[in-house]
Amino acid sequence: MTGFKLLLRRILPQLITLALVVGLISIMFPGFFEISLANGRLYGSPVDIFNRGAPVALLAIGMTLVIATGGIDLSVGAVMAICGAVAAWGITEGYGLLPTLLMALAAGLACGLWNGLLVAFLGIQPIVATLILMVAGRGIAQLITEGAILTFNHEGMIFFGSGSLLTVPTPIIIAILTGALVTLIVRRSALGMLIEAIGINFRASTLAGVNTRVLLVAVYMTSGLCAALAGIIAAADIRGADANNAGLWLELDAILAVVIGGTSLLGGRFSLIASLIGALIIQAVNTGILLSGFPPEFNLIIKAVIILIILVLQSPRVRTVLAFLSTARADAAGQEKKVVEP
Amino acid sequence: MPHGDARQPLLHARGVRKIFPGTIALDGVDFSLHAGEVHALLGENGAGKSTLIKCLTGAYRRDGGDILLDGESIDPKGTLDAQAYGIGTVYQEVNLLPNLSVAENLSLGHQPTRFGMISVRAMNARAREVLSQYGLDIDVTRTLDSYSVAVQQVIAIARAVMLSGKVLILDEPTASLDAHEVKMLFDVVRSLKERGLGIVFISHFLDQIFEISDRLTVLRNGQLVGTEVTAEIDRVRLINMMLGRELEHETRAHGKLHEAAGDPRLVFSGFGRKGRIEPFDLSIHAGEVIGVAGLLGSGRTETAEVLFGVAHHDSGEARQDGAPVSLMSPRQAIKAGFGFCPEDRKTDGVIADLSVRENIALALQARIGWMRRIPDREQKAMANDYIRKLDIRTPDAEKPVGLLSGGNQQKVMLARWLVTNPSFLILDEPTRGIDVGAHAEIIRLIEELCAQGMSLLVISSELDELVAYSHRVIVVRDRRHVAELAGDQITTGNMVRAIAAPEREAVN
Repeated sequence: MTGFKLLLRRILPQLITLALVVGLISIMFPGFFEISLANGRLYGSPVDIFNRGAPVALLAIGMTLVIATGGIDLSVGAVMAICGAVAAWGITEGYGLLPTLLMALAAGLACGLWNGLLVAFLGIQPIVATLILMVAGRGIAQLITEGAILTFNHEGMIFFGSGSLLTVPTPIIIAILTGALVTLIVRRSALGMLIEAIGINFRASTLAGVNTRVLLVAVYMTSGLCAALAGIIAAADIRGADANNAGLWLELDAILAVVIGGTSLLGGRFSLIASLIGALIIQAVNTGILLSGFPPEFNLIIKAVIILIILVLQSPRVRTVLAFLSTARADAAGQEKKVVEP
Repeated sequence: MPHGDARQPLLHARGVRKIFPGTIALDGVDFSLHAGEVHALLGENGAGKSTLIKCLTGAYRRDGGDILLDGESIDPKGTLDAQAYGIGTVYQEVNLLPNLSVAENLSLGHQPTRFGMISVRAMNARAREVLSQYGLDIDVTRTLDSYSVAVQQVIAIARAVMLSGKVLILDEPTASLDAHEVKMLFDVVRSLKERGLGIVFISHFLDQIFEISDRLTVLRNGQLVGTEVTAEIDRVRLINMMLGRELEHETRAHGKLHEAAGDPRLVFSGFGRKGRIEPFDLSIHAGEVIGVAGLLGSGRTETAEVLFGVAHHDSGEARQDGAPVSLMSPRQAIKAGFGFCPEDRKTDGVIADLSVRENIALALQARIGWMRRIPDREQKAMANDYIRKLDIRTPDAEKPVGLLSGGNQQKVMLARWLVTNPSFLILDEPTRGIDVGAHAEIIRLIEELCAQGMSLLVISSELDELVAYSHRVIVVRDRRHVAELAGDQITTGNMVRAIAAPEREAVN
């Protein structure tokens, strides 16, 4: 029970933000909560938020772990393009669904391995190391698709983009399953603590016998794997691999989701659930702006302002002020008080 | 003080106090500096040298005491403020802008202007003129980083003198200079001294202290040990001031003699690493405490790091119970049953944001592997057990360890290794920067562990402490193990003499 309370306290700001954003949208667009069932699949704006948010949510899972180690992975958007291209190529070449999926996932793991080796063994700063693949990745993807947009019409593959299982769109199921699985692995094993230890103090962790290098590589590989899943979904969704545009700028949304989720870019304590809610917040903002009918040129500006407000509310200074205010009020009321470290 | 008592000191600090949570960093320290004097400031890590400097330059606000400059009380609120009073500081890492030209660095913030524009010609001319006073004839239009650290050091000094002009503080200026460059720097220091500046010189190279300083002040554990005229003190007495107590105590010999029965548990032969520590031989029995004595930078920490695999040894071999053992990484060392509490707890030891429980479980968890997580219940029991046994002062096991005091953090570090049940534990300065109570507890713990059959290697700059618990003491100097003392030989006097030896060996 206390564990649940702790979790709730941790993700409360994100939940409140999400509620505010959704509330705002539903005021501007009264039909927001309408959900309908057609052809055995759910439709409606809330479903759309989950569905469209799935790729960023997947990226955010890997990104959270990478950021928790004090690193960053700028390459995930490009890795999405590579894996999408591999998936499209495999299916058009007639390798069959399962081998194609395995090849795409393996490509993601290989990209993560490359990043991890650069960071952990060559000691290159993560932002620079992953920038290499961010730039080169789209070139690699173009080589795979031979410069064209590689389209396919394989039902099994399309299922991962626009199919549904028990009325729920497949991307949502993949994102939720991956989130649950990674959370389970990380928190049921000691991985979570060891990753946090590395992010807080790399040298001290090494001296305590933590296998810091191997863990770093594993974390970047996880990020690559998550990007591969996102890439498969994106390619399946448009029934083709677009090397230039698949996953474009999504690495920034993923980083933003982690930051909104309250994990420090300096590394350390992380929460996967909070990052997933962060991804939902971003998608809700995107969807909301589209629905509210603002001219499209305002979209990016409005998104930036909303995100600025979210981040200001989370900044340590504002939090200290808020904590101080609530402590003062609680003291006055003689209720439980929050301890503010001096 | 024979020299200058008649005159009013240029800079006079009286009873300066600085308190950090959990420790008193400076406890009523007096310090005086005359015009035309080089005054050396000495002490081990954590003695309070840099805290004192930071109080003088306003980088820290002091918690008590007065600072008088030319007899007038000052209260610098920051380094710029101190500069305006006339106190300039030059640090070991030159804090100038490497990508700007030498002239720009010298005149930054005070550039000569013409019609509102910076006059490059006037700036360069002035820079050349200033540097010529220091015997530097260099191209001032080239960027700062195109010159050696020594030249950069002189340029930093020139800038500090130009802006301040009364007091110059040199914080370890010679740490990365070679002998020739040190000589060049000392020529500059001497000429500034003749111009009437008061110079505070911080260094842990004793030879340099004796060469350049007129007086010296020694700090230890935040307290003033004494101020002496350099010409009237010898090396042995100086080291005694830094490490030991007074010489009368030196006859206090060690009570227990370790019965070196049986084969040693660990044998290191020809163990060393180029540039870190010269190859040494060392054997350690079960239940034995080996003390390591030496000055800062002598190679004592390097000894520990080579043994624990932090720095790979490039010569020699290690044997454990007669069988060869590989020690090329901390993980291998831990596998062999080693543990290591490093000197710098903050950067090398605790994981500040993790809880006391997680910090204690970390090494054991790392050894078991990530897949087999130690259940929360066990972790909690383990943590609470050691919180009680070592008297760690924390509200509960879930408190982030960074919020505890230094002594309690040290105990958490000890607990981290004790739960792994090591056979050989290396402690680097286990009692530094912690309060008196915790100090005594840690010494008691060392004796207890060794009674239980654990082997320990303890590095300490508190020689009295080493006398109290060591069965043997290794003395380290100039990155070499120079002496091994055992039994009755373990006295502070013998240690000090071994550390100071160069003076007597100077003949050959």
